[in-house]
Order: sequence, then C-alpha cells, then structure tokens
Amino acid sequence: MSDATANPVTGSEAVKARHPMAEAFEMFMRNYAAVAALIVLLLIILAAIFGPMLYPTDPFEMVWAPFSPPGAEGFLLGTDYLGRDMLAGLLNGARVSLAIGLAAAFMSVFIGITIGALAGFYRGWVEEVLMRITEFFQVLPTLLFSMVIVALFGASLPIVTFAIGIVSWTAVARITRAEFLRIRELEYVTASRSTGASNAKLIFSVILPNALPPIIVQAALMVGSAILFEAGLSFLGLSDPNVVSWGQIIGSNRQYILDASFTVTIPGLAIFITVLAISLVGDGLNDALNPRLRQR
Amino acid sequence: MSGATEKSAALLSVQNLRVEIKTRDGVVPVIDDLSFDLAEGGNISFVGESGCGKSMTALALMGLLPQPAGRIAGGKILFDGEDLSQAHDQRLREIRGNDISMIFQEPMTSLNPVYTIGEQIAEVLRRHQHKSRREAHERAIELLDSVHIPSPAQRVNDYPHQLSGGQRQRVMIAMALACKPRILIADEPTTALDVTVQAQIFDLLSELREVTGTAIILITHDMGAVAQMSERMVVMYAGRKAEEGRVRDVIRSPRHPYTKGLISAVPHLLDTVTDERPELMEIPGIVPPLAEFGRPNCLFASRCHMASDQCRSARPDDQIFEHQHSAACFHADEMQP
Repeated sequence: MSDATANPVTGSEAVKARHPMAEAFEMFMRNYAAVAALIVLLLIILAAIFGPMLYPTDPFEMVWAPFSPPGAEGFLLGTDYLGRDMLAGLLNGARVSLAIGLAAAFMSVFIGITIGALAGFYRGWVEEVLMRITEFFQVLPTLLFSMVIVALFGASLPIVTFAIGIVSWTAVARITRAEFLRIRELEYVTASRSTGASNAKLIFSVILPNALPPIIVQAALMVGSAILFEAGLSFLGLSDPNVVSWGQIIGSNRQYILDASFTVTIPGLAIFITVLAISLVGDGLNDALNPRLRQR
Repeated sequence: MSGATEKSAALLSVQNLRVEIKTRDGVVPVIDDLSFDLAEGGNISFVGESGCGKSMTALALMGLLPQPAGRIAGGKILFDGEDLSQAHDQRLREIRGNDISMIFQEPMTSLNPVYTIGEQIAEVLRRHQHKSRREAHERAIELLDSVHIPSPAQRVNDYPHQLSGGQRQRVMIAMALACKPRILIADEPTTALDVTVQAQIFDLLSELREVTGTAIILITHDMGAVAQMSERMVVMYAGRKAEEGRVRDVIRSPRHPYTKGLISAVPHLLDTVTDERPELMEIPGIVPPLAEFGRPNCLFASRCHMASDQCRSARPDDQIFEHQHSAACFHADEMQP
C-alpha cells in the first residue's frame, strides 16, 4: 500500500523535477518590464566590454574643438570642455562605473552575508556584538565616511570601491540576519542537525541557500546604488583622476552646464538608464523570488 | 527507580535526567528526574499532553536542546555505556543520524526545499559512511524503495514540494534509517498526516523495525498508536514521569489518575484490551504553567479527584508494581485495577 495509490493526484503528477530557482526564472520571464530592463542592461554591459575596442578613440585625447554639439564633425555625442570625445568617454566610463558598481556590491554582499549569517545563526553575544557594529555603520553619514577614506588613502579604484562597499553592507547584514533568525527555527534545520550536520554545513548549505532570494534582490539594487555613489564621489572629484567614469565626466563639465548642457546630461542619462534598468531587474527578481507572490 | 540502574545491559539507559530551560520567569526544569531503559531492538512510547516534556526528552537524547536556553542539568544518558550528556559536540555529531536518528512531526517542513530528496538522503550517507556520490545515490534509491516510494529511481530526483505529506514522512524515515541507526526517535511522526496515511506510516515503522532491529522511541499523544507500536510506555506529566510499565499493564490497570484520565479520554481504546466500554471522560483543567514545574509537590494534584493534603505538600516517589510497572502517585495502591 503506497501513498501514490492512496493519493493518485500527487502520485501521477507528470511535473518534471524542477529546482525552485527554475520556477523563479519562469516568473521573472513573465515580467515584461524586468525582461526589457535586463536586455537594456545586457546591452550596456556589452557596450562597456566591447565598446572601447570597437571605438578605440582615447577618451583623454583632445580630438576637436571644445563643446562641439552631438553629431557635428562626426562626433556622435560631441566633445567636452577640453575637446575630448564624449562617446569615447561614455564607453570607457561605462567600464569603470559598472566595474565599481559590481565590485562594491560584491564586497558589501560578502561582508553583509558573513556578519548577518554569524549573528543570526549563533545568536547570543555574537549577535549583540555584530549587530552593534552594524548599527554603528548604519548611523555613520555614508558619503562623508567614504570621502574621508578616499581622502586618507588616495583616490584609486580599489580604494573607491572599498569606500563604497564598507558603507553599504549594513542592509544586507540585516536582511541576512533576519532570514537566518527565521530559517534557523524551521524544522528542516533541526532535522539536518539530527543527522549530524556541523554548524558550517548548516550555515552554508542548509540555511544560506534558503535565505538567498531577498539577498539576491538586495544585491541587485546595491549595484545600482553603488554606481550612483561612485558618480557622487567622482562628481566631487574624489575618484581616480586617471580613469574616466560617468560621474567624473559630469563633475568636470559642471561649470558649463548652461552653455553646453549635453556634456552633463549625456553621462547623466547613462547613469539614469543604467540604474533604472538595474532597479527594474531587481524588482523583477523580487517578484519572482518572493514566496508569497509565487503560486504553487 | 523502576529498575533503571541494575539493568546495565540496556542499549540506552537514562538515569535521573534533569533538563532546565531558562525562561523570563527563571530556570524551569522541563524534565525533572526522568529515568528509563531501552533494550537493543526494543521499543518504548512516551505519551502525555502538549507541553509535558515528551519532545524535550527526544531533543535531550539527541543533544539538540534549544540553545542557549536549554541545558542538561543533571543525570546521565548512557548510550551503550557512553554518557551522552557529557559528550562533546564533535562526538554527538558522529552519533546523530548514524547511531541515533530522529523523525519529526511536520513532514511538510522537515525536508530542505532547495535540494532533491535524493541529495538529502545521500548527504547523510556521505557524511557518516563516506560513500562516493554515486554509491550514495544508488543507496538512496534502495532506501526509497525500502520505504515503499513508487518508482524510486525517478522520485529520487524530486524536490520535497512534489511529494505528498505521507511520502515526505517516508523520505524522512528513509533518511533516518540510512545509516542503520540503533535507535530511532519518532517525535509524533503522524500527527500532521491523514488517518489512513497514519496507519500506513505505523505499519512501515513496524515492518522496518523487524527488518533492521532498530529500537524505536515513539513520542505521541495517540494512545491507539502506543497500543499498536510499543511494548513499554512512559506517561509524562509536567516534565515528570507519571507512570511507566508494559503497555498492556498500563492501559488495563493504570496506577496513576492522570493515566486513567488519558485512557478514558480515548474512545474504544479499552475495547481492544478489555470488554468494558466506559463513558468518555475529560481531565479537568490544563497542564500547569511552566513556572510551577519543579515544585516539591504532585503537579497533577490540582486536577486530580483523588488529591489529598499529602499530594499538595510532597512529591510522590515511584511506587513499584509487577512487571516493572511504576507510578509516581501516593494513591497508586487505591486505584481500581
């Protein structure tokens, strides 16, 4: 006598075995705004990777008269206040902006997951100490703190990335901790423990995979905010002067915004579209991964 | 102490176990002076209302008391002569799932939703028996077959949400028995299941017990299951052992008014044992609040129709009867057999 005969519906279910993530992917594909945003984002990433190779103009070279409007003299996006090619600046800046955005987001997710997981899993004094540290970083004025770090250690890309990552991990830490607090009480964690799983096993292969969905969403949104943050820093002149980034183009042209507004609006639009696309993708992920919205 | 100490040959011997939980109101002994023995291949049931310490007993045996609130404050848990209450974490992890394993009340939530059932069974085999990935997978299929999951070679790749509750409990049993443990603790294994599926799960457990010789500790509030599954039973009340004995002795002639109340509250249970058909009764009142646990009196006195001044002022010792039947009641002798 088996359950299949007792319950023919579940027994004869012809559904193929699918990972929960496969279901989430399907949900995501049904969200057209998110899919469109993902396509835009992929185009931007492709442009960042291959653009400078296909359009090899040096973004620092003065190629023509300053403030040449877009389209004139074969310069698709015109030239800036020093007569440098805006398109070359935009393509090269995309690399820096995206790379810093991704690296800073990765760093904050790494720190956030580590701190949140330890706090949520071990509770007790570990949680007290780690969450006080998290709160300390939460109440710091983030922009000011990053500026101090960059000012102290120099404006190189790794330092800028670090300065952004170190102030933005708190949200991930709090989400991770909250998920761990919820999941550690679930029966399958006790069940894993009862089969002899070690703490490391429980943290990384039992609880963490189940805690990932909201962390993934937060990480996606974090890339967008890191790009904005980097733009803010370079606007203030606190980024590596030897590389172009979108924020830096805006910052260096800001005095001429009334005379040649395109020098500011074009990189501004690039930032806007990229961050919007990332947010929409993050939103789509949120809908796809949120168990309450997923029907089963 | 109901012959707990002299039978050193027992596979599991729990002696004067005391488990304390820290609560807002102070430290509460959720298990207070519990002793029992379990022989190799034997079986014993724990019954009682919710919150009387049955599940805590199971968790204490596994070394899985809620941390950091719970701790073993006294007594011994001798497994094959080794005191588990003193064992290190590392040693406990070796024992869990390998020598002693456990199945849980909620099959719907006891399996990890992000791994296939095959991966979860294989994980246990790889951990304790150091099998290769392929061997573990093969063995997982065999195990699914042994718990009567249809077409196990296909179902092994299913995720838990694709299985029914009964099938998930079968998977849990397969996982628990994967390393041929010497003791299986079943903590209300059928409470969340349909009545028809309940019977199937109990049949399966009985069958596997005969095949594997695994000793089973059944924790339940279902007196019918006790009668079907076990030879010996322990009745728990408010963290203390109220009565212990052979199932037929306890059900036929309970020596503790609480046991009698529990039995009278189950329709037709006595039919199977005796010809009487008494009226259904309820036990008035509720289990005392945690704050009252550990007081030096009979904790059942407030709900007991036989309670005397002695019950309210002193804690009763176990009174011993035939066949290692014991009851912690001053009035055990007066109970009508």
